[in-house]
Amino acid sequence: MIKIESLKAAIGGKEILKGLDLEIKKGKVHAIMGPNGAGKSTLSKAITGHYEVEITGGDILYKGESITKMEPELRALKGIFMSFQNPVEVPGVTNAYFLREALNAKMEFEGKEPLNPADFLRMAREYCEILGMDPKMLNRSLNVGFSGGEKKRNEILQMLILKPDFIILDEIDSGLDIDALKAVSQGINRLRNADRSFLIITHYSRILEYVKPDYVHILKDGRVTKTGDYSIVKDIEERGYSEIGERL
Amino acid sequence: MSDERKKIEKAVTQDYDLGFSVDIEEEKAPAGLNEEIIVYLSKKKNEPEWMLKKRLQAYKIWKKMKEPHWAHIKYDPIDYQSISYYAAPKKRPKTLEEVDPEILRAYEKLGIPLEEQKQLAGVAVDAVFDSVSVATTFKEKLKEVGIIFCSISEAIRDYPDLVQKYMFSVVPMSDNFFAALNSAVFTDGTFVYVPKGVKCPLELSTYFRINAQNTGQFERTLIIADEGSYVSYNEGCSAPMRDENQLHAAVVELIALKDAHIKYSTIQNWYPGDEKGVGGIYNFVTKRGLCAGERSKISWTQVETGSAITWKYPSCILKGDESVGEFYSVAITTRAQQADTGTKMIHIGKNSSSTIISKGISAMRGQNSYRGQVKIHASASGARNYSECDSLLIGDKCGAHTFPYLESKNASATIEHEATTSKISDEQLFYLRQRGLKEEDAVSMIVHGFCKEVLSNLPMEFAAEAKDLLNLTLEGSVG
Repeated sequence: MIKIESLKAAIGGKEILKGLDLEIKKGKVHAIMGPNGAGKSTLSKAITGHYEVEITGGDILYKGESITKMEPELRALKGIFMSFQNPVEVPGVTNAYFLREALNAKMEFEGKEPLNPADFLRMAREYCEILGMDPKMLNRSLNVGFSGGEKKRNEILQMLILKPDFIILDEIDSGLDIDALKAVSQGINRLRNADRSFLIITHYSRILEYVKPDYVHILKDGRVTKTGDYSIVKDIEERGYSEIGERL
Repeated sequence: MSDERKKIEKAVTQDYDLGFSVDIEEEKAPAGLNEEIIVYLSKKKNEPEWMLKKRLQAYKIWKKMKEPHWAHIKYDPIDYQSISYYAAPKKRPKTLEEVDPEILRAYEKLGIPLEEQKQLAGVAVDAVFDSVSVATTFKEKLKEVGIIFCSISEAIRDYPDLVQKYMFSVVPMSDNFFAALNSAVFTDGTFVYVPKGVKCPLELSTYFRINAQNTGQFERTLIIADEGSYVSYNEGCSAPMRDENQLHAAVVELIALKDAHIKYSTIQNWYPGDEKGVGGIYNFVTKRGLCAGERSKISWTQVETGSAITWKYPSCILKGDESVGEFYSVAITTRAQQADTGTKMIHIGKNSSSTIISKGISAMRGQNSYRGQVKIHASASGARNYSECDSLLIGDKCGAHTFPYLESKNASATIEHEATTSKISDEQLFYLRQRGLKEEDAVSMIVHGFCKEVLSNLPMEFAAEAKDLLNLTLEGSVG
């Protein structure tokens, strides 16, 4: 799905990713863990084409195609989705309108007929229920006045509606209470299948109890320093990043 | 989204979508302004003697006045003697069938096929092409309920009592420099009278179009809503591309008697000029409504996207007790456009109330100023005003300015004023683009959200038109 080859990326002239290699397999859930400042968020920004990130070396291949020079919207239309740590507020634009526009953009890109508004609303309401969201939130302005938990659920709602091929969940679990965490995890698990890949970026192991990863990578100082299975999570829990880092 | 794509393709290939001009024979007065020209103009229009006298009186007043320069706009001096004050299509059709096919084609290009409009959803069009009305539709239907909807020229001839009673009663000819000029040389415009208790069954609308090169347009509109009546009037404009600046100085007077309600909506899309502002329309407009009777109401809604210069303050004089004035405005300036626009709410009647919602959007090198006055007279016990002025900036070469003037002579009055300035953030754009929206669509989505409160006040068809216009206007303003 994704092949990252000795990727170097800088933000504001400061090199954050220093030759990162990573392969994310089709149909698999990968988790990236690492201490603060290791470059986790820079990695997700590099994949999605965030304006702050400057790629200074290496390459990112998505489905075999280099995407480092591609417009962010084209990457999105081709199936790359990222849940935001702090989704921005857009006053006056209702959640439902935004979701439908985004879905229609995708449908059009794929040469499909757009969903009619009634069908769309039915689908959106159904997903709201799964996520424990009040369907009234569809009529509110996008993220305006949403609580931290509501924003995160809303990100997952977008994911469910857009059904992307490659999903980056950037700190989706931070600031969530246990109910919200369960609801969010349920949403994620619902989309797991043999064709879809996930990259869960997290500082904590909490969410990985609900969404079991196939692979776990440790990111430290701009590089992937360890790759393994779920057992790494246990290691971190017991000994912390620094010790694992030292051990490596 | 496919419509969206078409629109963008269209905009890429055409710099200004409505920037075409139609070749029609024109009858034109020589350039310059003097008493002879005014007599010529009045004669051409078969006006009664009293109208000519008023015009000459206004001309005398105008000659003594000076062009005002207090607004936050800059432009080269206007040479009033180089303008031709009268142009009319040569053939005067009595029915649609007689209308010059060239004109009809122009309307079709503007998306207002006059022929279809007759059958289409209740929109009656009094089409003003250049200065003279060339076609009026739905007149019979309106006549059935006693509504008069005609050109101001016809009204001067056919309804002199109403015109003499109300014209200049809200905007006196001495009101300001541009109003005085208009009073002397206005060529045509719209007249509406809605009788007592009648709710106008149609949205009335007029499309203005400036066509003759070097011809100033001086529209004059007068709308009278008698006791307990209601009327919604839509004014929409577009102009062909020009190299010279075109002066436009319109006057609109609204009178709402007891329990009457007038809703006046405008979409203004005149040629804004190129990146340097060359060739755009100068739009100096005086619009004012008088809430004469108790519980009368006047609502102004405007979407201002065009013109090189916009100088416009649709206002309400709230004379009647419990009368209501509303002003909803979206003004966009891009390229080198300058807008100084806002409103005046003059509270005289007891418990009169007013609402001002102004949304200014500036992009590229656009300069946008809100200028608003709320004046509470001593007589206006319990008067209330709520004002909200929000500015949205796109890029860092544009500007937004707010000039609120508040004056209250009655301690029981309540005035609230809120103002915000925000910028479309890179993070907002990235968020929407990460969801697959093109940058232009993302900007348009944010802008529409910002303007929602105003756009939702437009009649439905007009709102759709305004939306398209906002998209077109903002294309190319980001990135």
